[in-house]
Amino acid sequence: MIAFRDRIAARHGLDLLVYTNQAGAEAGMSPLVHGSFSYTDVMKTQALRQALDLYKFDAAIGGARRDEEKSRAKERIFSVRNRAHGWDPKLQRPELWRAFNSRLSDGQSMRVFHLSNWTELDVWEYILAEEIEVVDLYFARSRPTVLRDGAIIMLDDERLSLREDEVALARNVRFRTLGCYPLTAAIESGAASIEDIVAEVRTSRLSERQGRMIDRDEASSMERKKREGYF
Amino acid sequence: MENLGILRILTCGSVDNGKSTLVGRLLFDSNNVQDDQLASLENDSRKYGTRGKEFDFALLLDGLESERQQGITIDVSYRYFSTSRRRFIVADCPGHEQYARNMATGASNSSLALIVLDAKAGPNEQIWRHLTICHLMGIEHVVFAANKIDLVGFSAEHFGRVRTELMDRAQALGFKTIYALPICAVSCNNVVRWDEKLDWHQGPCLLSYLEGIDTQAGAGAAAGLRLPVQFVSRPNSDFRGYAGTISAGFARVGQALSVVPTTAKTRIARIFRGDVAVDEASEGDAVMICVTDDVDISRGFVLLSPDDGPTVSDHIAADIIWFSDKPFLPHRQYLIQCGHQLHRAWGTNVKYRLDVQTQEWLTSKQLGKNEIGHCHISCSHPLIFDPFDQNRNSGGFILIDRETSETMGCGLIRYSLRRSTNVAAQSLSVSPQDHARIRGHRACCVWFTGLSGAGKSTIANLLEYQLNKAGVHTSLLDGDNLRLGINRDLGFTEADRVENIRRLSAIARLMVDPGLIVIVAAISPFEADRQAARSLFSESEFFEVFVDTPLDVCESRDAKGLYKRARAGLIPNFTGITAPYERPQSADLVLSQGALGNLRAW
Repeated sequence: MIAFRDRIAARHGLDLLVYTNQAGAEAGMSPLVHGSFSYTDVMKTQALRQALDLYKFDAAIGGARRDEEKSRAKERIFSVRNRAHGWDPKLQRPELWRAFNSRLSDGQSMRVFHLSNWTELDVWEYILAEEIEVVDLYFARSRPTVLRDGAIIMLDDERLSLREDEVALARNVRFRTLGCYPLTAAIESGAASIEDIVAEVRTSRLSERQGRMIDRDEASSMERKKREGYF
Repeated sequence: MENLGILRILTCGSVDNGKSTLVGRLLFDSNNVQDDQLASLENDSRKYGTRGKEFDFALLLDGLESERQQGITIDVSYRYFSTSRRRFIVADCPGHEQYARNMATGASNSSLALIVLDAKAGPNEQIWRHLTICHLMGIEHVVFAANKIDLVGFSAEHFGRVRTELMDRAQALGFKTIYALPICAVSCNNVVRWDEKLDWHQGPCLLSYLEGIDTQAGAGAAAGLRLPVQFVSRPNSDFRGYAGTISAGFARVGQALSVVPTTAKTRIARIFRGDVAVDEASEGDAVMICVTDDVDISRGFVLLSPDDGPTVSDHIAADIIWFSDKPFLPHRQYLIQCGHQLHRAWGTNVKYRLDVQTQEWLTSKQLGKNEIGHCHISCSHPLIFDPFDQNRNSGGFILIDRETSETMGCGLIRYSLRRSTNVAAQSLSVSPQDHARIRGHRACCVWFTGLSGAGKSTIANLLEYQLNKAGVHTSLLDGDNLRLGINRDLGFTEADRVENIRRLSAIARLMVDPGLIVIVAAISPFEADRQAARSLFSESEFFEVFVDTPLDVCESRDAKGLYKRARAGLIPNFTGITAPYERPQSADLVLSQGALGNLRAW
């Protein structure tokens, strides 16, 4: 994923800013040691807030969609965040027609979700139509994996060490959605091309974020994270 | 798939009518709920559900934690689903008291309203409110789902009575299509398929109806081009393109264009969709256009077919739906955003307020939260628009609070008021500098604000005396004195105070023009109005002085005996006791106790 990101940034001549929560990195934060809840809080939510404060951005554009998750179903396209980057449902502005109130007051900033009304299928059909390059992990390949707590986790590097009774197996898997490693489960699939993926998404009996373990950290997981400053 | 296009549905209805259950049912029975969502639903139904052991389908939609805990829906929720025949976007709106903003939001981009009511209880005030807002917001197609028909034993008679009442009201408002049907959401009767218990009903089940309705029929096929310019692209000196989303009509290469608000004429040279050059584009397409001539075009302008112009006016009549807790008051300054245009605006008056129950328009001086009114609005710059009935995107606007950036309300432009369009400003030969030369000093306005009895008039009077001794030309506008004269017709309600300050600041402006130092002493309790006064002057021309005498000191002095009477409940709207005073946040000078010495130094 990182290699893909760097390649695309270089190709388009983008000024890519990469920020890491140094304190978290130095403390050796790892989802495997500290649990996914703490890890994402420190390395994603806190890091995002720190980066936004550092660069003093007025708006952060994200790819979240309304069909992904319950609290996102209620989200505006231009979503106001307060001074602490928190999402307060009572602060959200009514959005009518194509009149988007992007004015900011009082230390507010904005999250913009331009893909709000796109469904997962819309995204893949668009990728197919426009021949957009995507990360290889979306395609089914034989990958070394381990079955842990009911989820198929890919063995990527030494960050994941096998437990005593675990056996590494090569499986034909792909990722339907890309979150953090190893907080995203793979699915068994034979979809090795965009056309295959479109067909698979169309008929799938499972929702897109089903492999995102952070959604199961606690009830209303995403809503809590948004209140604390996540996307 | 029939090419009827995505159907955007607004679902509404008062609480407890089973609206969420119905939508949940629609999703579930059309196979749009995935297995893992179903597993979650099972868990949630056990924890929060109101249906005992069964699935509570309403929980598919109640996404926010606080909602689930309280068992109600607070905000608009968007759901996407499709059947083999059509794709749907559902904007599900809450049905309780805080409804106007969410209903207006959901309705703004929907073409059909699905109103769920309790068949047994029949329609009530909330249903009529929702129907009125739907109609106001330009929704042309409505479906009434009379739910819980099982509670009246699936009676055709009962439904018939309910149906008649609904049809009468809806037809009176003037919807294009109206359909009423009986259903039972919980047991899924007549929702996604025909039901034998309701075979007396003439008409398709809900899902079939939604799949088949054509909302585009008879739409303005002959509409002229409207392209509001959102962005001007000038990557280098060779290329200039104007980008925006076509809000009506067609654009073709070579087509003649008019530019509004200038009167320039040109032609389309090139059209780009993304980075691909095309020959034509239509409504809804996001395009970049290049023109054949070198004309001045900025964001907020509109490109259109020459014969079919929008209206350009700085004074309009509009229906307003107010969202904010703070009331809509004439002469308060807001920002109006219409398309890509953003200007200062203020209401000149509220003509009528709509009583949604009786459909009557009542006189009113202001609008409160969730109220709908017909108002006149004046803008700092001419607005380019089409009447809302012709084009929702170019006739709809939002009003924004200048301080908090809150979206205060929305408006639907009905027509232009010709009043001010025939009057143009006369240019004057004598400039402020000319005046200053004769008088020997520059002009400005010193505005004293503070509680009653704080000492404003005393200090203002002293200031004028000192200035006069120094040979300065002054005028003192004391709020109380003006209330005995030109402001005699005003009381102390919030609306009247706004008007009082408007007149005071306008008069001050008129006196600063010929070179006087104008001193104003008025309670002026609202920050918005003080800011509005300030906005009439340049930065070096206006000074706000806050006479910060605490309430208890003012009250102990009680020079005019007013505080005593206010405390006795004899004076309503008395600042500090029965009306608010908003402390200035950005006064140029603050005078606290014993500050008369400071004044001499200044």
